[in-house]
Amino acid sequence: MKPRRLLHVLPAVTLLVMLGPVIAGLYGTVLPAFGHLPAAGLIGPTITPFTDLFDWAGLPRAVMLSLGVGMGATVIALTIVALLTAGWSGTRAFRFLERLLSPLLSVPHAAAAFGLAFLVTPSGWIARGLSPAITGWDRPPDLLIVQDPWGITMMVGLIVKEVPFLLLITLAALGQADTQRSAAVAQALGYGRLTGWLKTVFPRVYAQIRLPVYVVLAYSMSVVDVAVILGPNTPPSLSVYIVRLMLDPDIAMRLQGAAAALLQLGLVIAALIAWRLGEHVVGAFGRRWIATGARGKIDPIVEVSALVAGSAAAFAVLAGIIVLGVWSFAGFWSFPDFLPDQFMLRNWMRFGPGTLAALGETALIAIFVTIAALALTIGCLEAEYRHGLRLTQRGMFLLYLPLLVPQTAFLPGLQTLMLNIGLDVGRLPVMFTHLVFVLPYVFLSLADPFRAWDARMGTIAAALRASPDRVLWRVRMPMLLRPVLTAMAVGLSVSVGQYLATLLIGGGRVATLTTEAVALASGGDRRAIGVYGLMQTGAALIPFTLALIVPAIVWRNRKGLRHG
Amino acid sequence: MKHLSILAALIAPVAALADPNPADWDVVLADAKGETVYWHAWGGSTTTNDFLAWVGSRVAEDYGVTLEHVKLTSTADAVTRVLFEKEAGENDDGAVDMIWINGANFAAMKEADLLFGPYAEQLPNWTVVDVDGKTVQTDFTVPTDGYESPWAMAQVVFVHDTADMPEKVGSMQALLEWAQANPGRFSYPQPPDFLGITFLKQVLVDILPDPSVLAAEATDENYADVTAPLWDYLDALTPNLWREGKAYPATGTAMFPLIADDELGLSISFSPGAASTAIANFELPDTVRTFVLDKGTIGNASFVTIPYNSGSKAGAMVVANFLMSPEAQARAQDPAILGYGTVLDMDAITADERVVFDALELGVATLSPAELGTVQAEPHPSWATRLADDWAGRYGVAE
Repeated sequence: MKPRRLLHVLPAVTLLVMLGPVIAGLYGTVLPAFGHLPAAGLIGPTITPFTDLFDWAGLPRAVMLSLGVGMGATVIALTIVALLTAGWSGTRAFRFLERLLSPLLSVPHAAAAFGLAFLVTPSGWIARGLSPAITGWDRPPDLLIVQDPWGITMMVGLIVKEVPFLLLITLAALGQADTQRSAAVAQALGYGRLTGWLKTVFPRVYAQIRLPVYVVLAYSMSVVDVAVILGPNTPPSLSVYIVRLMLDPDIAMRLQGAAAALLQLGLVIAALIAWRLGEHVVGAFGRRWIATGARGKIDPIVEVSALVAGSAAAFAVLAGIIVLGVWSFAGFWSFPDFLPDQFMLRNWMRFGPGTLAALGETALIAIFVTIAALALTIGCLEAEYRHGLRLTQRGMFLLYLPLLVPQTAFLPGLQTLMLNIGLDVGRLPVMFTHLVFVLPYVFLSLADPFRAWDARMGTIAAALRASPDRVLWRVRMPMLLRPVLTAMAVGLSVSVGQYLATLLIGGGRVATLTTEAVALASGGDRRAIGVYGLMQTGAALIPFTLALIVPAIVWRNRKGLRHG
Repeated sequence: MKHLSILAALIAPVAALADPNPADWDVVLADAKGETVYWHAWGGSTTTNDFLAWVGSRVAEDYGVTLEHVKLTSTADAVTRVLFEKEAGENDDGAVDMIWINGANFAAMKEADLLFGPYAEQLPNWTVVDVDGKTVQTDFTVPTDGYESPWAMAQVVFVHDTADMPEKVGSMQALLEWAQANPGRFSYPQPPDFLGITFLKQVLVDILPDPSVLAAEATDENYADVTAPLWDYLDALTPNLWREGKAYPATGTAMFPLIADDELGLSISFSPGAASTAIANFELPDTVRTFVLDKGTIGNASFVTIPYNSGSKAGAMVVANFLMSPEAQARAQDPAILGYGTVLDMDAITADERVVFDALELGVATLSPAELGTVQAEPHPSWATRLADDWAGRYGVAE
């Protein structure tokens, strides 16, 4: 195929790579849900899997957990981000928090969840810090905090990770809405900073961040690794139950698992519709609120609360990582000592070699997947630039689709389908599945800077007889070094954090830092969890650091390119 | 002559695919060289993981076998995989070469014809295994018939922190009374975790006047009557459990940090030496000790088995045989390493080999073989399956 032709079909290839596994997985879920699983000699259709599922006494609670945690985490995270931006954007405190939160975005969910667990459990770091001096506890109180039946700790675990995500998305959207003038006009009319922003800017910003918010909702409703670490077990959330059914030695359980996966899909769709309707309701109330002309008397209180909540989210992740680090070097460490009896390298000597092997596997997968995603993304964007093959609004929706379909709805189906048609599980299929999740993020991360590039540079280069390819490689790419590296870092961190895709599609043979760390959750060895959690965090954070440092060094004598 | 060579050429590929004969050990060793064995084994215990890694380095050194530990959260995962591969027609080189197994999983695989063998009793080191003194030829009452080879003995012990619970208790009834007097200080892993189910079985074995009914398959007729006292017991125990039974530790090892934090004063373990090992690893305070019940506690053997569709059967047999070697057994019994009971007959090994075992310090919290007392038999696997389902319905879906 000629290079020119290649560029033409690349957008289609990208969509296929991204959506193919999702569609195949959903197909592989629907058939067994209706009792059709030829590999196990079961021929449908029948609705027995659904009746079996509805016979499970834990189902109402599992469903409520999925809905409650998902909705709660999304509403609270969005509220914190909206109020924080409304009350503080442009201030020094906001810039500080922004700088603090952005690296936290790359901390894998599992590591953040472990860190949170080590903080808030009755024997955790917070209780140790306050005991016995303040609390009077000389032994941990018998309180159900981690794994509480209402999933509150699990919800908090999701919120602390979704706040950085939504904040960065919001900041990106702020640049595209004419926010500063609106806010200034509102303030000139006597509106409080927060109220003015909410009334004039928020509706426009929300329209831009709507899809990412939906992603957060779908993700929070169906998350597995955070639920395994922080969620309840009597009964577990629906997604954890699905995974358990899919791993049951009794193959017939997979039928019920597939039925539960379809239920999960239905729940997410219903929640998204409910959210969409909720937008109208909130909008109606909002208009009435605007019409009242209230200037925002309690603004200062709300502003401070938002800052406290945002800082608490950042603190929870940061302190969580620190306590992981302390455990990884800890000797004997009993309650209520604030620090271990002794620090030692012994834990690292014990678990270090294992983490290195897992790091190798993690890096191999992440690098391959990220390069593939980057190549496809640059190809698509370049096709758009040269041939005007631009994604429409509907195209943007397709980009978000793999992130909106719950993982537990299509990954088990994909695994069953692969087994049905005799495809081997292993590293390569894992890479393809990671690509489904990595590609949208890489694309979203690179698209704006790529399009914002000053096309006159290309015109000048072309006037100097540079071919389009040469313009791309010698002018555009070097100038976009920083966004390209950032997109790579995003891709790497998404791949590093993948749990379910690696577990199910890897068939247990592919051991990454994330699967190893979550597997350790059941064993409860905090020192091992500390070592693995820290390695996992490092694997996701270091690329981000490099993405900051490398352009600064390469462009040390090109001031205008350093922040490209 | 010409015909013969054609015939040989035709047979050759077939011979290469045929299973290795465990009785012809030299051929097994030759076949094993260069093979990679994927050992699917529970990966939740870091000490066990370390031991498996050591086994890997030793078999690579001596036999050229590469051992990969596939860390499972549940042994059932591996069983599922083999079942699925059989349905999908993957009969020659499945993903699973060896499984750490016992009980219901073994019974299920044997029943479904998913196992290679019999091989265990042809392995060279079988001659030093204590066939008479240890239950290595039945697994939860199911005859092994050479389809799995033993590598460790386990027995239920109760782990108590003497700072909280100075005196041992002699029966499950006494344990219940202690828990009622000390609410929130005892828990057991959530079934279907194997140790959680073992706890249920241990209660049943101890409180039944005659536990021999458990040796036969559970029937619809006798199950409800036999287990009724167990549910009464648990109804009395649950409100006094850690977190009032609204949450349970995921596994046995997850209870160690809870003891170290002084949340639990008493827990249960299936490995008599694990507490000493955990003390050595700073995971438990040195005030922890272990005890068994007056009537004894449930014991069983851990086995490895080889799926019928493993592509590295020779390599897996070499590993299985190495696991039964005095070298590996002595290391597994060392409380600083693993603290698992040996499957070997001390009278069958050489005096030099015995010296290594004799030199092992049991560890402060480990009971001697005499103190471990009577080993009670595991109930038939059908009991475990029903108990797990029943438990989940009663306590696993809190209202």
